[in-house]
Amino acid sequence: MRLEPVADPGLVRLIGLPVLALAATVGVASVLAMLAGANPLAVLGLIVQGAAGSKFAALETLNRATPLIFTGLAVAVAFRAKLWNIGAEAQLYAGALMTVVIGTQLGLPGMLALPLMAGAAILTGGLVLLGPVLLKVRLGVDEVVTTLLFNFIMLLFVSMLLEGVLKDPMGMGWPKSPALPRDARLPRIVEGLRLHWGFGLALISAVLVWVIQVKTTLGYEIRAVGQNPQAARFAGIPVGRVMVKTALLSGGLAAMAGFSEVAGLKGSLTLDLSPGFGYTGIVVAMLALLHPLGVVLSAIFVAGVFVGANSMSRAAEVPTYIADISVATALLFMVLAILLTRFRVVRG
Amino acid sequence: MEIFEILLSASFWAAVLRIASPLILATMGELICERAGVLNLGIEGIMVFGAFAGWIAVYAGLGLWPGVLVAFASGAMFGLVHATLTVPFGLSQHVVGLGITLLATSSAYYAYRLALPQVTSPPRITPFQPLNIPVLSDIPFLGPALFSQTALTYLAFASVAVVALVLFRTPLGLALRAAGENPAAVEAQGLSVTALRMGAVMVGSGLMAVGGAFLTMSAFDSFFFEMVNGRGWICIALVVFGAWMPGKALLGALLFAGFDALQIRMQQTPMGAHVPYQVFLMVPYVLSILALVLMSRRVEVPAALMVPYNRGER
Repeated sequence: MRLEPVADPGLVRLIGLPVLALAATVGVASVLAMLAGANPLAVLGLIVQGAAGSKFAALETLNRATPLIFTGLAVAVAFRAKLWNIGAEAQLYAGALMTVVIGTQLGLPGMLALPLMAGAAILTGGLVLLGPVLLKVRLGVDEVVTTLLFNFIMLLFVSMLLEGVLKDPMGMGWPKSPALPRDARLPRIVEGLRLHWGFGLALISAVLVWVIQVKTTLGYEIRAVGQNPQAARFAGIPVGRVMVKTALLSGGLAAMAGFSEVAGLKGSLTLDLSPGFGYTGIVVAMLALLHPLGVVLSAIFVAGVFVGANSMSRAAEVPTYIADISVATALLFMVLAILLTRFRVVRG
Repeated sequence: MEIFEILLSASFWAAVLRIASPLILATMGELICERAGVLNLGIEGIMVFGAFAGWIAVYAGLGLWPGVLVAFASGAMFGLVHATLTVPFGLSQHVVGLGITLLATSSAYYAYRLALPQVTSPPRITPFQPLNIPVLSDIPFLGPALFSQTALTYLAFASVAVVALVLFRTPLGLALRAAGENPAAVEAQGLSVTALRMGAVMVGSGLMAVGGAFLTMSAFDSFFFEMVNGRGWICIALVVFGAWMPGKALLGALLFAGFDALQIRMQQTPMGAHVPYQVFLMVPYVLSILALVLMSRRVEVPAALMVPYNRGER
């Protein structure tokens, strides 16, 4: 078999195939539910209900989507430039770390502390990614492996600080940072509802990234470098410098996930702050076809799957890992479906 | 100095071989894939699934060797999914590989919860026992250090010889390497690049899974979440460090395991007690990055690595 470009895909192909991919994912999830001895329809119903069945559930989904929007944007920005940033997890923790350091150690008033926390988080996240990117640009070291390995190093570094200088004296021995003072936390968007301003910042970031991509020279340069670095260099685009800027942007966005989780939701830093938001960000970005506004939708969808599966597994005897499998399956089916909108399979 | 005492103990060297074994198996698996032109980032998840599959098969009543086969087959199955998406369809090897890692890891955890819904600590199996090689294991120092390992460790070392032999001394190996260097030339010989690459990814993924199974069937005796803990990513670094040569990759794995065994022992020395244990645990990851940096200028990457091949398109 080989692939042949489709000249004019047509609406049926463009919409039908992605829908088919999602349907296939639901099919896989149903089989998994049956393996667990549950009725697939009931399981799917419980997942939808748990994700969006009540005001509380829906807000929970949006809260869970917030860090995923940030990490999804971080990945989308980087992948556009063919910069394989698999280290959003490390950048997230770097951002969270700066957030608690500035928020708890300097004793600043909230009006001053919050912007400083966010700024320092963004800068640190960017710098964490800058290391692997400079190694790539200067020495040709593959950034996939280095960013992946940095995730483990960063988590150990955070663990060391949480058991050392950053340990909460009131923490009953748990490795946990002191809590941020009340006025150094992100306020709720609507008083009384459990949705914090991190979500608002995530939406604003998505729009900003979109504007950067379509309206600025940097956006054009990032696209050019991603499509063909040689041609971009030939056209006079400083490829190395574009890579560095992309790294700062991508790392900064991932760090915002850490900032918003600490300052908006948790109030302090623990080692389980992120259940793999950095890695899930890759799925979010791919499902959104690397489009910043699409990231918002796909993050809400993925968050819904996780939140829904969590509440479903308490009701039915189906392990919550069904959500992780479904998300991974959706990713694989979707990249295949997107390919098949542009190519058709021919024999020979 | 404690460090000399450590280096002079047979148990240290025995530990080096033990720590190296899963790395060697999985590194050989990745090396086969990459030699044929496919970067397999599914390695981390495939190792997790292999660790689970081999262990649960033995727990369910199979023998140890059939358990190893189950692990291999499960790895090959994920390899088939990976290869189907990346070879004939030519999808991004980065994205598919990470997707396979997510899929394999979560599948292992899901299956674990289904098989053992109520347990708080995982049941144990009787793992591979040390196999004393007659005569050799009686040599003082060297015997207990090198020749009193489990069968899977010997298998790991044998796999290096087999991979090297097949890659460099057989027509199949030549075709495989050509698929990773110049696929059009392979096709001109009347061979199928697709078949070669898919076969390589399946066998390679099988080896990765056996590497994972070493953890549950030889090094330990039960399955824990996160027990693979980045070993797969380290193996990818080892392939680069070994310049895509089986022998050099083996040396890299041993060197790496040596540092790892050393850091574990240094933690227990009076000096090590003053250093936070996390610093020691960082050593393997930092070393892997250092290895990549050191080799960056010197290695020749297979020319067609990560380049999908579509017939009729030149």
